[in-house]
Amino acid sequence: MNVTVNGEARLLPAGATVASVVQLLDVAPGARGVAVAVDGEVVSRSNWPQTELREGSLVEVVAAIGGG
Amino acid sequence: MSLSAGDEYVRIAGRELRSRLILGTGGFANHELLAQACHEAEVDLCTVALRRLDPAARGSILDVLQEVGVQVLPNTAGCYTARDAVTTARLAREAFDTDWIKLEVIGDDRTLLPDAVELVAAAEELVDDGFVVLPYTTDDPVLARRLQDLGCAAVMPLGSPIGSGMGICNAYNLSIIIEHAEVPVILDAGVGTASDAALAMELGCDAVLCASAISRAHDAVAMARAIRHGVQAGRLARGAGRIPRRRYATASTPQTGMPAFDVQGVPQ
Repeated sequence: MNVTVNGEARLLPAGATVASVVQLLDVAPGARGVAVAVDGEVVSRSNWPQTELREGSLVEVVAAIGGG
Repeated sequence: MSLSAGDEYVRIAGRELRSRLILGTGGFANHELLAQACHEAEVDLCTVALRRLDPAARGSILDVLQEVGVQVLPNTAGCYTARDAVTTARLAREAFDTDWIKLEVIGDDRTLLPDAVELVAAAEELVDDGFVVLPYTTDDPVLARRLQDLGCAAVMPLGSPIGSGMGICNAYNLSIIIEHAEVPVILDAGVGTASDAALAMELGCDAVLCASAISRAHDAVAMARAIRHGVQAGRLARGAGRIPRRRYATASTPQTGMPAFDVQGVPQ
C-alpha cells in the first residue's frame, strides 16, 4: 500500500504498523523525544505496534530539535 | 503578579523555577555550545521544538539538556493555525512526557507576530485538554487578560519581534500587562542584550525567555552570563524600588550650610 511518511511516498506491505514505520526510520526502541501522528491524530507510543496504516495514510514522525 | 522581597522562585502552575531566565535552544552552533550556555545562564527550563525526524541527526538535544539538568518546555514554533498548534502540542506531550506547552501561533512570516484569533482558539482547546499553557502573545494588555482569563498558566508577551533584538518597544503596554496580571508574566521575544532583560525585570516581569540574543551572540557563553546578570540586576532593582522620573534636577547634596566665597554674595 502507498503511504506518505514525513512527506515522502513509501510503498509498504499490507498490515504495516506505526511501529514498523518508526523502525524503518532507524529510531532506536525507547528513543526519547519522538512522536507520531497519522492523518493528523497523535498515536501514543504504547499504540504504535497495533496501529495499522491504511492506503493513503499520512504519517508524520517528529523528533526534538533546538527551538526558541 | 505582585512582587515581595525574598521570593526567589517563580511559581507556574504549582511548579517552582529556580531561575528567572528561560533559555530558548534554537540557533546554537552545536550541542556543546548549548550545554555551556545552559550552565553559564544557570537556567533550569529550556524550550525545545519538534520537527520531522532526521535519521541522519546525531545525538539528541534531550540528552544534552538532561546532562546539564534542565527541564524541557516544548513549543509549537512555526504553527500558523490553531489546529496545527494543538496537534503539535499533543505530539509534544507524547514526545516529552509533559503537559506544559509554550504556545506559539504565528500570523505572519516576516514579523513572526502572534495571530491573536488563532492563539486564543488554540489556548482554549489546550486548556480544556489539560495542558499547562504558556502563550507567546503580543504586548496587547487586553489579549493578555483574555489568555489569563481562559486559564493560561502564564502570559509571554513580546518585547519586539522574535530574533529582532530590538528590546522592549512598548514598555507602557508591558507594564500595563504586568500591573493587571494574576499569572506570571514572562518576556518572550526581542531581547538583544543584557540591558533589555534587566529592563523587563525592572518593569516587573517574573522571568525572561531568551534565545537568539544568546545563541547568535558573537560569544554565546559570555552573553549567557551577561543576560543572567541582567535578569538578576533588574529583579533586584525592581525590589529596591527606583526613584520616580522628574523633568528637573533634584540635588542630592544639601543646599544648607553652603560657604560664601564672594563678598558681594554674603548668605542671608
